[in-house]
Amino acid sequence: MTKLILTVDDSASMRMLLKASLTAQGFTIESANDGAHGLERMHEVKPDLLITDINMPKMDGFELIEAVRAVPEFRGTPILVLSTEFSEDKKARARSTGATGWITKPFDATKLGAAIRRVCP
Amino acid sequence: MSDEFDEIQAIFFEECVEGLAAAEAGLSAMADGDTSPETIASVFRAVHSIKGGSGAFGHAALLAFSHRFENVLDEIRAGRIPATAGVVKEMLSAFDILSDHVTAAQEQSTPPVDGAMLAKLDEILATSGASATSPAEPIAPASSVSEVDVDEFGFTPVAAEIEEFDPFGFEPVAVALDDLDAPPDEEHADWRVRFGPSRAAVANGGEPLLVIREIERLGGHVVSVDSTALPGLRELDPEDSYFVWNISVPGSVDRAELNECFDFVAPDSLIEISRGDQSAPAAEEPLPTEAQVALPEEPAEPTQPAELPVRAAMPPDLTLVDNKSEATPVPKAAKSEKAEASQTIRVDLSKLDQLLNLVGELVIRGSILADRLSPPEQERVELPQLTRLNRQIQDSVMSLRAQPIKQAFSRVPRMLRELSAETGKQVALEVEGETTEVDKSVIEKIGDPLTHMIRNAVDHGIEMPEERIACGKAAEGRLLLSAEQKGARILVRVRDDGRGIDRERVRAKAIEKGIIAPDAVLSDEEIDQLICAPGFSTATTISNISGRGVGMDVVRSNVEALGGRVEIQSDPGQGTTFTMILPLTLAILEGMVVRLANQRFVLPLASVVESIRPEPGQVQAVSPTREVIELRGNYLPVKRLTEFFALDAEPSAPEDSLVIVVESETAGWVGLMVDTIDDRREVVIKSLEQNLHPIRGLGGATILGDGSIALILDLEALVAPSSSTSKHNLKGLAA
Repeated sequence: MTKLILTVDDSASMRMLLKASLTAQGFTIESANDGAHGLERMHEVKPDLLITDINMPKMDGFELIEAVRAVPEFRGTPILVLSTEFSEDKKARARSTGATGWITKPFDATKLGAAIRRVCP
Repeated sequence: MSDEFDEIQAIFFEECVEGLAAAEAGLSAMADGDTSPETIASVFRAVHSIKGGSGAFGHAALLAFSHRFENVLDEIRAGRIPATAGVVKEMLSAFDILSDHVTAAQEQSTPPVDGAMLAKLDEILATSGASATSPAEPIAPASSVSEVDVDEFGFTPVAAEIEEFDPFGFEPVAVALDDLDAPPDEEHADWRVRFGPSRAAVANGGEPLLVIREIERLGGHVVSVDSTALPGLRELDPEDSYFVWNISVPGSVDRAELNECFDFVAPDSLIEISRGDQSAPAAEEPLPTEAQVALPEEPAEPTQPAELPVRAAMPPDLTLVDNKSEATPVPKAAKSEKAEASQTIRVDLSKLDQLLNLVGELVIRGSILADRLSPPEQERVELPQLTRLNRQIQDSVMSLRAQPIKQAFSRVPRMLRELSAETGKQVALEVEGETTEVDKSVIEKIGDPLTHMIRNAVDHGIEMPEERIACGKAAEGRLLLSAEQKGARILVRVRDDGRGIDRERVRAKAIEKGIIAPDAVLSDEEIDQLICAPGFSTATTISNISGRGVGMDVVRSNVEALGGRVEIQSDPGQGTTFTMILPLTLAILEGMVVRLANQRFVLPLASVVESIRPEPGQVQAVSPTREVIELRGNYLPVKRLTEFFALDAEPSAPEDSLVIVVESETAGWVGLMVDTIDDRREVVIKSLEQNLHPIRGLGGATILGDGSIALILDLEALVAPSSSTSKHNLKGLAA
């Protein structure tokens, strides 16, 4: 069964790029454009994996991860952070809020696909 | 995919423009002393997004610059670099270069020279104690770890445990040993991997099983599982992890590839990878840390996954109440995140245009119905209600295309900074009415004229500081940029408090250029208008921003092409105001429907001054091809439109015709002779140029209420001096 992934990024081009490159690899993609919207979409689409940006208006990636993990249903959902940030304290913060993995932008589509398969059974 | 990629990239550049505007707004606010965290964050986020996309789309120079810029902004955001006036000034300069980078990336031209700016950014970064050159490499993580003591968990195949793992598809252990017996050739010796996921590795949706599967895909297999740490059922925490897997991987597998399998494994997990001698189950290379694992171009980094197989038997939502589960976030009192869904969507402009076009058709069909039905019939079919609805739909669609004029104003601050630096003049900018909404097509087209008007104001209007002080003015000049809506028109003003137009010089130059006769008698206003006269300035194209002579005539022709006009008002010593008067939209026109040789034409109502039924003798021929009308003591040229368009008609006596007096930009007041006036109505402009060559004298066409076509007259072309000599045969074109 094809994996359903929710991508959250405030940049439309990034959302489209993710959608195009991951759809090509057989994933089904849903998108949201900020953390708050992402949380809403989580409940609607109940994805197999959440990929989120960190720097976003309204609700940032950390807050989103925290909010998602607070929902019992999503405790086990893998969450990958896809961000241009790479600082250790940011990564540590992502970990402590409940992220499964961190991928630094720009991403290579194939490697992103491999990374997804690494966390998404 | 490449088309799709281009399309996505086009959106990225749109985002860049928005991002630059946001960054500039934020930086300008910072320059004005607003260093609130929100403002700084908005600048950071804008630059950050540009950086993110530039990497994704492979714009290396833009990426490198935005990255360094972002580093500094991040330090400012974190408070490690104070947002002093000096720093903000540098940020503004960096912003300028960032804009150039974006432009270069978009136009695929040579990126700007940014070496000095990068050095400056590094210098600023150095003040924060952050590494000045910190490129995109992750810092090596401190946490790598075998918390499990190696000796304690010796390489002990535990056959008994294996059955338990069958459900997860593990290979039975025994097979492994052959491989391990292979000669320990340094190059080809198999990898020995010990993997003991930590509790944290399971907490965040991690799945150690997937790690093992991935290693299996590389050709590895589980040799044994050490389950000695597994407690009795009573003590067992299903969310903890108790096993250590011993895995053998063929020596031909690349180490980096093997490391990648552990990308998302929490750093406190046991990960040992060694080569060779299986008898020394070694910890020679403790574990790949995230830094080692992360590839430079895609540093994926381990966070915390890993999981215990037991979990499979116990769905995660059977939440165990367990003190030890601190690794999983405790559900918080659900914040009232009535998550606001995004309030905007992005729509291709052509779709809006199409919608607008359809609505135009709808309005036209409505008028056709109204023409065909008698008032009682109209009432019976509720036509008035329908008409009102149509009108509302039309307004709504128009408003979809409306954008705050702010977008056109956004590049002004930067330009002023450049101009100030270039000329040594000091200018403070004030902006009013930037939320005024204008049709998008207008916004796109006023950018260049606006640029030139501002350039002109700084170049020729505002004086050098010393000169200003000598005149009793503040050293810093003021430039007011404002927009307001007046009826169906938008007024965009550029007002400076400089020296005003030097009429003597303008006059002298106009005479020198042969624009006016040496003995011409001109009012002040007429002299002011000369700076917009064709040929007055030396610049020939509107894009010639860097030239000294700013082409105000080109400004005027650009604005006129939009159906607008430029007004100049100047007070010597006090300053000059340039006003662009533009139509709110380019799609709908208030028109006067006139008849010529039994064909109907539409005149833009905004240009109509009055209409006259000439008395006999009021229209007089001054030459075989020229006629004038006497109007309250003045003589205005009169044009017979039937002649201009070479329509089949007997020349009619002026007193049987109407003369519509129109005000043109180029020729002042002109009388146009038509047969009758039919109507006055709003018409939807349909371009002719999609299907036909541009026709001189015609600005487009429209469909009238009875379904017939009327051509819309292009006044400026009609009254232009050359037009009297060129005849245009329109026979049969208009119904």
